[in-house]
Amino acid sequence: MKPRHKRIAIIAGGVVALSVAVGLVLNAFQSNLVFFFTPSQVVAKEAPIDRTFRIGGMVEVGSIKRHADGLTVAFRVTDTAKTLDVVYTGVLPDLFREGKGVVAQGRLGADGLFKASEVLAKHDENYMPPEAAHAIEQARKAGATVKQP
Amino acid sequence: MIPEIGQFALILALLLSIVQGVLPLAGAARGNPVWMGVARPASRGQFLFVALAFGCLAYSFVTNDFSVLNVANNSNSGLPVPYRFAATWGSHEGSMLLWVFMLTGWSAAVSIASRSLPEEMVARVLGVMGLIGTGFLLFMLLTSNPFDRLFPAAQDGRDMNPLLQDPGMVIHPPMLYMGYVGFSVAFSFAIAALLGGKLDSTWARWSRPWTTLAWCFLTIGIMLGSWWAYYELGWGGWWFWDPVENASFMPWIVGTALIHSLAVTERRGAFKSWTVLLAITAFSLSLLGTFLVRSGVLTSVHAFATDPKRGVFILIFLAIVTGGSLVLFAVRAPKVGLGGKFEIVSRESLLLGNNVLLAAACGSVLLGTLYPLFLDALQLGKISVGPPYFDSVFAPLMAPAIFLMGVGPLARWKEARIPDLAMRLRWAAVIAVVSAILVPLIAGEWTLMKSFGYLLAFWVFAASLTSIRERLLVGTQLEWSRLGQLPRGYWGMIAAHVGIGVFIIGVTTVKSYEVERDVRMDIGDTVAVGGYDLKFEGTEEVAGPNYSAARGTVVVSRNGKAVRTLHPEKRFYPVQQSTMTEAAIDSGLFGDLYVSLGEPVGDRAWSVRVYSKPFITWIWGGCVLMALGGFLALTDRRYRASLAQRSALPAHAASPS
Repeated sequence: MKPRHKRIAIIAGGVVALSVAVGLVLNAFQSNLVFFFTPSQVVAKEAPIDRTFRIGGMVEVGSIKRHADGLTVAFRVTDTAKTLDVVYTGVLPDLFREGKGVVAQGRLGADGLFKASEVLAKHDENYMPPEAAHAIEQARKAGATVKQP
Repeated sequence: MIPEIGQFALILALLLSIVQGVLPLAGAARGNPVWMGVARPASRGQFLFVALAFGCLAYSFVTNDFSVLNVANNSNSGLPVPYRFAATWGSHEGSMLLWVFMLTGWSAAVSIASRSLPEEMVARVLGVMGLIGTGFLLFMLLTSNPFDRLFPAAQDGRDMNPLLQDPGMVIHPPMLYMGYVGFSVAFSFAIAALLGGKLDSTWARWSRPWTTLAWCFLTIGIMLGSWWAYYELGWGGWWFWDPVENASFMPWIVGTALIHSLAVTERRGAFKSWTVLLAITAFSLSLLGTFLVRSGVLTSVHAFATDPKRGVFILIFLAIVTGGSLVLFAVRAPKVGLGGKFEIVSRESLLLGNNVLLAAACGSVLLGTLYPLFLDALQLGKISVGPPYFDSVFAPLMAPAIFLMGVGPLARWKEARIPDLAMRLRWAAVIAVVSAILVPLIAGEWTLMKSFGYLLAFWVFAASLTSIRERLLVGTQLEWSRLGQLPRGYWGMIAAHVGIGVFIIGVTTVKSYEVERDVRMDIGDTVAVGGYDLKFEGTEEVAGPNYSAARGTVVVSRNGKAVRTLHPEKRFYPVQQSTMTEAAIDSGLFGDLYVSLGEPVGDRAWSVRVYSKPFITWIWGGCVLMALGGFLALTDRRYRASLAQRSALPAHAASPS
């Protein structure tokens, strides 16, 4: 094979590998990106019904209720403006508490109940997940703009 | 007094690092042997001063000097002594000191083990390492001084994060940093070669053992981190594609590509520019990892107090290092030349294929890690990229790479023929396919995904065996006596490749056959998992050195016979007011039983996680094999021979200049 052909073959191989990688990435992005919504957005019906997404905020004080099976837990997540009912079955992370920040991933039922498949652990007692802080911040801003005019 | 000595030592180290970064490089450029000669003593002196600083900080931690802010924030008088020592690098400031300590250690090692190298080369390599050291020492002294005082002194410290109070975590950071920082040697060699304009196979030969050594440490470091996450976080997962994990994994992928590319450059003189580019990328990714983990853009157990100044500093440093070296590369690379020629099917081209796949895999991990950060920084919304993305991109890119890994060692340099390779590997292919079909059938239900995983693993094993067999063949006769004569570098490669196979077996089996159950258990309740019956016998209160715990008792029995008792714990650390889960694991060669306590539900009942994880230890076993392979390759005769030669000949006689 001539050097020129060889170079073309190598470049072609690289281009093929690159396009396969790009294809895989785009395909995976299409189906696996998880978007984040605040409780206010969910209540305003901005969140998708048929897709997994994340919510964040604070666990409302006094809202944690354990079902009879001992494993299913219902609680409300608030961004201080709106609240959202969440239900989760399984063992909760160590730092899940009333009045503390929480992030949950799951799907929204047609009844408006958020079925969490995952409640995210935090590593530090005083730490607020950025998503939860963001939700509360958004709610505060929205509240401010309503009051101002 | 002691902290002040540490502080002064750091300042002196900074001054020395500036000297080491400037004089030898200028000397090499102007041909001034006196200036070049400064490199070795400066790097050793810098190492001594940083070691002194490190010792001072460790002393402050061990003796509970709570007038040092860093100690007051990250330690406590109730903390056991080994953890107090480990707390030295448990904080942001301390971990940066460890970083610099490692860096100066590597550069002192280069200064000792480089006697056969030309003076100019040594001066340039140590000069570049001096500049890196300057950057990090400045970073420490300006934004994160580990010796800052607290006045008045605290009564007691705020304690170490309980998650980090664990033997695995004591050695994970030093190992990981040895790897991260070790790539600075490969980087410095590449930059030195670019500066000197001499990119030849000798450069690759010098750089190769250092790169392999750094890669081995990085492998062990990542493996320890994964193992820690498995037994300490209480979730039973071993890899989460968390950004901090990716931060250490990306340099590893590129480092793996670099090791293989260096082999080609050394043997055949080919891929020179590509090798240099990989060396620059590997170290840049190490810096990026440091930035991601330390700047607070990511929130995790690694992110301490977030100070925007720090993030900005590392980002600027990263831009200077990466940008500067890429500009140098762009200017010098065209002069490098192409090196040895090779055909489209040859060992070179197979290794090139693997390199391209590894680079693409690293790119996809980088994209998935940084994309959410970019969106967030540009205020375009918050998203997260989870494990499904990485699984569905990484696995398809790695599968062909693993196929090529089996073929590569059998292919000839320069030119190989596909029909010939197919002939030699036909039995390996048959063994792989048959095992891949049979193993899932024997274990139960057959699915394509399981079979595919096993296919790759058995392919690696069978192809490695084929390669060994061919080495032993004389005519048609197997000469077993040759077994001991094969070079250790070869055995190292085989061990590392088999390690990949072992790793794949572990991953495939865990993913296919693991059982995870969250259950509510009252005293006397039994749950069946993975062929065992687990009976919960309640909890009792126990006191640890700096925590109190609810200690559960779970009796494991098989066919009605009790075989083991497990004690998972729920610990409470009063100083940090935090709760932590300590899982109980019955670990074995063929699988783990994993029990962790959730929370009390009702009077005596608890929610409990009960997992069966078949073959999970093979995942880390595979990593250990890979690292052992690397260490074995380092003991190869040619490196020992060059050491012996060095001691036999006077230093200047051995170097060509």
